[in-house]
Amino acid sequence: MLAKRLENVVSLLLPWLAGPAMVAALYLIFMVVPTERDQGVVQRIFYFHVPSAWTAFLGFFVVCGASLLYLWRGNPGFDRIARASAEIGMVFCTLVLLTGPIWARPIWGAWWTWDPRLTMTLILWTIYASYLLLRAFGGGEDQISRYAAVLGIVGAIDIPLIVVSVRLWRGIHPAVMMSRDPQGGLRDPSMRFTLLVAAGAFLLVYAWLLLVRLRTLRVADGVVELEREMRAS
Amino acid sequence: MNGVWQIVRKDLRIEFRSPAGLVSIFVLGLLVLLIFQFAAPEKPTPESAAGALWISFVFAGTLGAQRTFLLERDNLCLDGLKIAPIDPAAIFLAKMLGTLVTLTILQAVMAPLTSVFFGVVPVSPLGFALVCLLGNLGFAALATLFASISVGTRAREVILPLLIFPVLVPLLIAAVKASAVLLGGAGEAGIWLRVLVAFDVVFTVAGWLLFEHVLRE
Repeated sequence: MLAKRLENVVSLLLPWLAGPAMVAALYLIFMVVPTERDQGVVQRIFYFHVPSAWTAFLGFFVVCGASLLYLWRGNPGFDRIARASAEIGMVFCTLVLLTGPIWARPIWGAWWTWDPRLTMTLILWTIYASYLLLRAFGGGEDQISRYAAVLGIVGAIDIPLIVVSVRLWRGIHPAVMMSRDPQGGLRDPSMRFTLLVAAGAFLLVYAWLLLVRLRTLRVADGVVELEREMRAS
Repeated sequence: MNGVWQIVRKDLRIEFRSPAGLVSIFVLGLLVLLIFQFAAPEKPTPESAAGALWISFVFAGTLGAQRTFLLERDNLCLDGLKIAPIDPAAIFLAKMLGTLVTLTILQAVMAPLTSVFFGVVPVSPLGFALVCLLGNLGFAALATLFASISVGTRAREVILPLLIFPVLVPLLIAAVKASAVLLGGAGEAGIWLRVLVAFDVVFTVAGWLLFEHVLRE
């Protein structure tokens, strides 16, 4: 009961936190933060690009954790968390892959390069795309949850191997890596502050979306349960 | 462990008694190799030969891995396997070994064919065989786990490559790079062998541990 009330309060509060935080982030990005000297105005996309990447990785990390807990405890709540988090992680991962080329085109002169980070993000995108497709194709309900959990774990333990192999594949490009490194390029303190605010805003949006999605998934599961009871009686 | 050997023997016996499945894998591998010829540069390099070898292996191997569980679906054999007093981990090992044996035979045909088609010769045949085996092992582990998943879904044939290919990327990079070096390309094969071994260990253990959750009713 208490948990239920807490959830209601949080889900009322979150949009009122995420909205203003996003507005504040936008104000900082377009009005306050100075234009980067070498890259010009296009560098401002950095404040969307990097927080998206962080949020996507967080989302996929949550998928792995919730999948492990689901296989261990068998609680359908964990399955719903994994599913919702994978969907939202995909949204942010797609944002990374869209904002990246827009930024890369004027700076590197190419929409896409097979730089280790780009390659890794693309591979991650395909892994979680197959995760969502597996759920979409479906099968038995409990069965598909367990299958998805296995894939959620396998995908996550693959990440270190992907990182290592992709870096070895292309070699590390120190110049490229450095210019994209958030700490390396951010000389003005307001840049770091803006990045933090943007990351916070994205995190709140993630949390809000997760909660909304969890509630709809719970209702959907409830409907399935009701239908099953009706058929049984 | 007794169960492992019995399942492997059963699966291989089925494969060799009705060799159409086995042959279809070979023909697919050959076709991919052939098609790759037309897409490859006119003067083949060790790199393009290694790429062709592994692409054909992955396509044919996916088909092969699919078969071991599709066979079990007929006549509810999978349920029989679940009821049998065998540890799920042992079933995983058996299925993986069966796929490994089938795909080793596939490689034993495809590797010499690649060598002939592309006009490249391994610098060290033993090292090349080792790379083939390590790549095969990791692929068999991953493909067995995912094949067991795919037979339980509605879209069996579609979903398996979608599941395998993204996760397979590290293995594929390492196998292609190591093979290219051993076929006379520039570079160092040692580091790639280490990636292959890591992949093999990680996914054999992961499959061994997770298979129980796939099979559970």
